[in-house]
Amino acid sequence: MNIKFELIYPYIPYLLGGILVTLQIAIAAALLGSLLALIFSLLSRKGGITQFLIKAFIDFFRGTPLLFQLAFFHYGIPQLTGWIPTPYISALIIFSLNSSAYLSEILRAGIESIDKGQIEAAHALGVRNWDITFNIIIPQALRNVLPAIMNEFITLVKETSVVSMISLTDIMRRQQIVSAATYRFFEPLLIIGLIYLGLNIILSNVGKMLERKLRYD
Amino acid sequence: MISLQNISKKFDDTTVLSNVNITFEADKTYAIIGSSGAGKSTLLRCINLLEKPTQGQVIVDGIDIVKEKGQLYTIREKIGMVFQNFNLFAHMRAKENVMYALLKVKKMSKEDAEKEAILQLERVGLGHRLNNYPHQLSGGEKQRVAIARALAMHPKAMLFDEPTSALDPEMTQEVLKVIKSLNHRGMTNVIVTHEIKFAQEVADVIIFMNQAEILEVTETKEFFKQPKTKRAQEFLANMI
Repeated sequence: MNIKFELIYPYIPYLLGGILVTLQIAIAAALLGSLLALIFSLLSRKGGITQFLIKAFIDFFRGTPLLFQLAFFHYGIPQLTGWIPTPYISALIIFSLNSSAYLSEILRAGIESIDKGQIEAAHALGVRNWDITFNIIIPQALRNVLPAIMNEFITLVKETSVVSMISLTDIMRRQQIVSAATYRFFEPLLIIGLIYLGLNIILSNVGKMLERKLRYD
Repeated sequence: MISLQNISKKFDDTTVLSNVNITFEADKTYAIIGSSGAGKSTLLRCINLLEKPTQGQVIVDGIDIVKEKGQLYTIREKIGMVFQNFNLFAHMRAKENVMYALLKVKKMSKEDAEKEAILQLERVGLGHRLNNYPHQLSGGEKQRVAIARALAMHPKAMLFDEPTSALDPEMTQEVLKVIKSLNHRGMTNVIVTHEIKFAQEVADVIIFMNQAEILEVTETKEFFKQPKTKRAQEFLANMI
């Protein structure tokens, strides 16, 4: 069999180094995306023009491929503005916005799943809207949709692989570089596949731990 | 203390309350009875503006809370409410359910709020259930936690919206016992109920509603001897 891992050994630290780049983008986008999603899902309950704009935003980011969004922002928009963002900035912005679109739909579903009676009870006790939102609605909504949120984070980690297109040296990009230098494909691809798998297994276990922690039964 | 004046409530084209007038005095217990769809719950929910009347005034302690929206929170603090479906906060333990508004609304210290919560829960016979979550409690226990939660705010009035309709007969009795114990302790109690016997036992005044209107407001003894209106006579006859 034509497998020669010894040719790849010197490159393994380089491939592993991609984890940092991938995680940086995934974590930053997860945090920023969650924050935006929370704001969107709360704002869109107000109705009117805000709700319409947020829906248009969500439709755009859910209705076009991520690869297109990244290319459009990184190569398309600079033609109009003259400002050329670094690949890192482009990736960060597009991944944050993209995951905020998905997460805000998830959160909206979670918020709508909260029984209206609890909100009425809080109103009857004289609790302010702000406290009701953050003490009654959000904690329960989050718990209800935590599996869906973890799913979105796992998707996010995998999708970061498209940043190789705008020449950010993430895990995927590093494999391409190693393959070009060694003319070997199977071995580096196998290694990065295992890296992605390992990252997501860790992530999904963190999710299960969180679920257990948030459970109240 | 609480007075509803010319209250009307419409949902789209349906009139649920039509020009209703009623005054609730301190230290008295009122039972609102009548057929389903008569507007009983809506009337009750107008008292703390969970339902906003289409027209009319809700005057609490001399303040029209429909107009003076800034006063709404202060007023709601003083009016406790108990719901048909308990509406406990599902992610909080029994004790935390009672403590929550004490901390957030009354701004009590954690120690004081906890003391008050334990006191109130013991009073409704749930001293052994402090750390249980709502889904671990029976229906009757949930409703008693809800009552303790409302009482902990030391309200001047308590509103009960069909507090036993979701309970089996045994649990109904344990909840009714607790409600009865609140009688003539200085509070105004307003109870929407289908438990006619209970209304007779506990209420000072019966408010009989029919088709979006109050047909009569009568002292309980008189009402059960002989209601003034024909519709109420029919209603009572069907009950027995």
